[in-house]
Amino acid sequence: MSTIVVFVEHTEGSPRRGSLEAIGAARAAGADCVAVLSGPGADAVAATLGTNGAARAVVLAGRDAYSPDATAAACADVVKECGANGFLAASSACGRDLAPRVAAHLDCTLLTDCIELSAEGDGFAIKRPWLAGKCIAAVTTSGDVLCATTRLNVFQPAEGGGSAEVQTVTLGEGKAEVVSVDAKSSGALDVKEAPVVISGGRGLKEPEHFKLIEELAAAFGNAAVGASRAVVDAGWRPHSEQVGQTGKTVSPQLYVAIGISGAIQHLAGMRTSGTIVAINKDADAPIFKVADYGIVGDASEVVPALTEEIAKIKAQG
Amino acid sequence: MNIVACVKRVPTTDAQAEIAADGTSLKTDGFQYMISFYDEIALEQAVQTKEASGGEVTVLTIGPASGSKEVRECLAKGGDKAIVLADDAWMQRDCRSTAKTLATKLQELGAELVFMGRVATDRDNAAVGPMTATYLGWACVTDVVEMTLEDGGGTAKRETEDGVETVRFSLPAIITCDKGLNEPRYAGLKGIMAAKKKPLEEAGAEDVPNQAVVTGVAPPPERKEGRIVGEGVEAIPALIDALRNEAQVL
Ligand SMILES: Cc1cc2nc3c(=O)[nH]c(=O)nc-3n(C[C@H](O)[C@H](O)[C@H](O)COP(=O)(O)OP(=O)(O)OC[C@H]3O[C@@H](n4cnc5c(N)ncnc54)[C@H](O)[C@@H]3O)c2cc1C
Ligand SMILES: Nc1ncnc2c1ncn2[C@@H]1O[C@H](COP(=O)(O)O)[C@@H](O)[C@H]1O
Repeated sequence: MSTIVVFVEHTEGSPRRGSLEAIGAARAAGADCVAVLSGPGADAVAATLGTNGAARAVVLAGRDAYSPDATAAACADVVKECGANGFLAASSACGRDLAPRVAAHLDCTLLTDCIELSAEGDGFAIKRPWLAGKCIAAVTTSGDVLCATTRLNVFQPAEGGGSAEVQTVTLGEGKAEVVSVDAKSSGALDVKEAPVVISGGRGLKEPEHFKLIEELAAAFGNAAVGASRAVVDAGWRPHSEQVGQTGKTVSPQLYVAIGISGAIQHLAGMRTSGTIVAINKDADAPIFKVADYGIVGDASEVVPALTEEIAKIKAQG
Repeated sequence: MNIVACVKRVPTTDAQAEIAADGTSLKTDGFQYMISFYDEIALEQAVQTKEASGGEVTVLTIGPASGSKEVRECLAKGGDKAIVLADDAWMQRDCRSTAKTLATKLQELGAELVFMGRVATDRDNAAVGPMTATYLGWACVTDVVEMTLEDGGGTAKRETEDGVETVRFSLPAIITCDKGLNEPRYAGLKGIMAAKKKPLEEAGAEDVPNQAVVTGVAPPPERKEGRIVGEGVEAIPALIDALRNEAQVL
């Protein structure tokens, strides 16, 4: 029987969706799941994880400030202690930072941003993108423990009715520690996590016109704002919103590209999205080659009208 | 301070991925190469750190013996010397193999502060920085967009889903650099001339066998044929209908 240790992030008393997806990936690959959590409120969250597919939960206690190196050392100890043959974290800012360290403690390689995980022999096989998704590699590992991160919005969270046994271990000291977090304005969703992403490009003509993008995102309610590199480099939008090969790779259920031509570096970052909509003045723009639905038209006319329609639909519930 | 910038030679971002006959690798004949986008930021940060606090910047790469052109460019942009750990199969190395080899060399060099890219834009591992630091038992802060050094350590900011984290770290440390940390400079004529005289040392790369076994490479799943639903504002009802009834995302 396989056992996979999953690092579970949580916020405001609930596990993060990306972590539940990682548990779901482990369960779907036929493994038992041991969750590891840390930070204030971890105990309460740990107690609920049975319903999300975890058989056991280990709370790393003893320190208030998060230290990635101390946390990684403790995670690796949990992997060893339960004889697990897998370690997973979500491909989030925290998971991508933590998982390589856990892998190195175990002297195992790491497979990041996996989009498939399956049981194979005594271990696992995965699929992950290369060159930002221009191709997909199938990979296994000869290491003892498969260490991987799971791309957000790809795997389904697990349903499980059980209760998880909770245990506490004490964290050691770290060489780096988070001293403060400057929270972004409440309600603003992250482009990697959001189920819907509305992205704008140079076709919006002026930075002020990004208001149209923000309003459409607000009408959806569950949408984040994204951007092409052209507008990030022009200083219209922050780096954190850039989608593409040198920005973020996103896989939302719905991706709407507005005034974006669809350069290969941009497509690399969003082509695995569920449904892609493009709004562009130029019927020959390459973005239409990957779009499921396209509207040829001027963003300044189409977007406000679309926002109005979406707002109406959302108001009806 | 003994500063090292680790840079990787990768295919340019406009490279197409064509699958080789063996089915487990990519054809490389059409590739042009560049220093990975984020490694330019790492190099710039190394040079700026030297300019502010003194020391020396070593440019370190595991790469092809023939690939010194890109490394020379790093010297033109302010690196003081370069070390190429020659390995023609550098792109096939898994992140563990790369990290262990870099860790050995960094230890040997007595590095105090190491800058790497957030991710190399070929295999997209985003793992070598924190793995190397773990093998060395050093501090590491990833995805850094702002940093300052203080006695024996420093603070760095990184962007997360929730906002901006401030992390305090001790030295020696590895910092992985994200876009926004600085604006990489261009190599000026003076820099290019100076680079010709800077030492570029070539050594064999330690052989650390891969654990990752690639069993196949395939094109990304074909997207089903899309369609233009119409022109201008009049097309909106057709789009809404498609999103609701076909795609079921509304
Ligand atoms: C090393 C490197 C890395 C890169 N990484 C990235 C990356 O991560 N992400 C990224 O996005 N790019 C990246 N790029 C840049 C990429 O090559 C393109 O330059 C960029 O994506 C173009 O942005 P854009 O589509 O907004 O602008 P443009 O290409 O200028 O396209 C604007 C589009 O808007 C349309 N338009 C104009 N007016 C209107 C209107 N009124 N209404 C509707 N549509 C209109 C036009 O028809 C056009 O298609 C990278 C490039 C390099 C060299
Ligand atoms: N072959 C290499 N030589 C030198 N540095 C490397 C090499 N591979 C990766 N790195 C460093 O590690 C960073 C992250 O790479 P990766 O984890 O492969 O995405 C890169 O941006 C480089 O700074």
